[in-house]
Amino acid sequence: MTDTELRVSKIEDGTVIDHIAAGQALNVLAILGIDGTSGEGVSVGMNVPSNRLGRKDIVKVEGRELSQNEVDVLSLIAPAATINIVRDFDVVEKHRVSRPETVVGILSCPNANCISTANEPVESRFDVLDDGVRCAYCDTIIRESLAAHISVA
Amino acid sequence: MRHDHLLSAKQLSRGDIEALLDRAAEIAADPGAVAGAHADTLLALCFFEPSTRTKMSFDAAMKRLGGDTVDMGGVESSSVSKGESLADTVRVVEGYADALVLRHPSEGAAKLASEFADLPVINAGDGAGQHPTQTLLDLYTIRENAGLEDLTIGIMGDLKYGRTVHSLAHALTNFEANQHFVSPESLRLPRGVRYDLHEAGANVREHTEVGDVLGSLDVLYVTRIQRERFPDENEYRQVAGEYRIDAALLEAARDDLTVMHPLPRVDEIAADVDETDHATYFEQAHNGVPVRMALLDSLL
Repeated sequence: MTDTELRVSKIEDGTVIDHIAAGQALNVLAILGIDGTSGEGVSVGMNVPSNRLGRKDIVKVEGRELSQNEVDVLSLIAPAATINIVRDFDVVEKHRVSRPETVVGILSCPNANCISTANEPVESRFDVLDDGVRCAYCDTIIRESLAAHISVA
Repeated sequence: MRHDHLLSAKQLSRGDIEALLDRAAEIAADPGAVAGAHADTLLALCFFEPSTRTKMSFDAAMKRLGGDTVDMGGVESSSVSKGESLADTVRVVEGYADALVLRHPSEGAAKLASEFADLPVINAGDGAGQHPTQTLLDLYTIRENAGLEDLTIGIMGDLKYGRTVHSLAHALTNFEANQHFVSPESLRLPRGVRYDLHEAGANVREHTEVGDVLGSLDVLYVTRIQRERFPDENEYRQVAGEYRIDAALLEAARDDLTVMHPLPRVDEIAADVDETDHATYFEQAHNGVPVRMALLDSLL
């Protein structure tokens, strides 16, 4: 049994998001809209040892299999993350996150004069660039501190 | 044109622009030929910000094509003052008109309107974002005076908040123009525009002094410092009045330099420039009518 497994218990069914950049686990949960109110079991390991990353975070969500579309947005803050789908304690699928073309409703535009931040019936929408994201409404580009612009609870 | 909406100059290919400018030239030469071309067409004018030239020239353009306009009036006298969203406003207006001309203080407003309205939307200025129809008349004026081939242009003033600058810079990438941007450090082009110019492989240089480049220019495009867009009045005061040209300064320019300005000006072009052969800004404003006639003719 590895050190990581000692700190974060195994799950029977659900999703394990591994190799998250250290310190980003809570942002990962925020992006996925997971706050515990739906009753799912959530385990979080932060700054645990990792051969590949030195230190990493890990998130385990019980009873919920996250789709590729749901997890791809994580690539913006955790590009090395791996997704493990677990059934009956076994990993049945394992894949990496890939960069989506657009991100809808996750980030808030930092431009206070952007129409997407006004009282209008639209969700924020960002096009994903090689080195950041760009607001589809006002063209504002965010390159640094993407996690600071996460708008979900 | 391939587009139902005109939201950004980025939509416009060289072919789109040349076709519109050619059509505008035909209309300018013989406006009577299209006098009744769009009878029974109604154009909605929704201006959430003040406007003189853009609003009046769209009004004139539609009427000269035989159509008419319906005007939302000022924000203070409309339902906007009661808190109505832009999305609701445009869904109401689409029942009254065949196309919508929108000016709004928020960036992205025209794009949002196009997502809710089932009629062509023309962006007549969205905050510090884009002003593509101004760009079309700017390009028309440049073509008439200096030509669009091998163009060297200086764009000076408020490059950060100036929507006419953003649209013009995008459109000029179609013509491989040499673009010199002159501004104080605090009013340099925004990151999004820089990104697009870089992606387009544009020939761009930046300066803080117009004298560094004046003698090489075919066109000098001067803009007003946009006081109303500054979040901080002190920031405005620090740069206001810094970039001003007058007849004496222009003695260092080429004799055939074309000086343009989207207007209104405050004090960035001295009145003595009006008397020189360089001054082209009033002609530029007049070109708004045939150019907008050509645009409406293509969209409607």
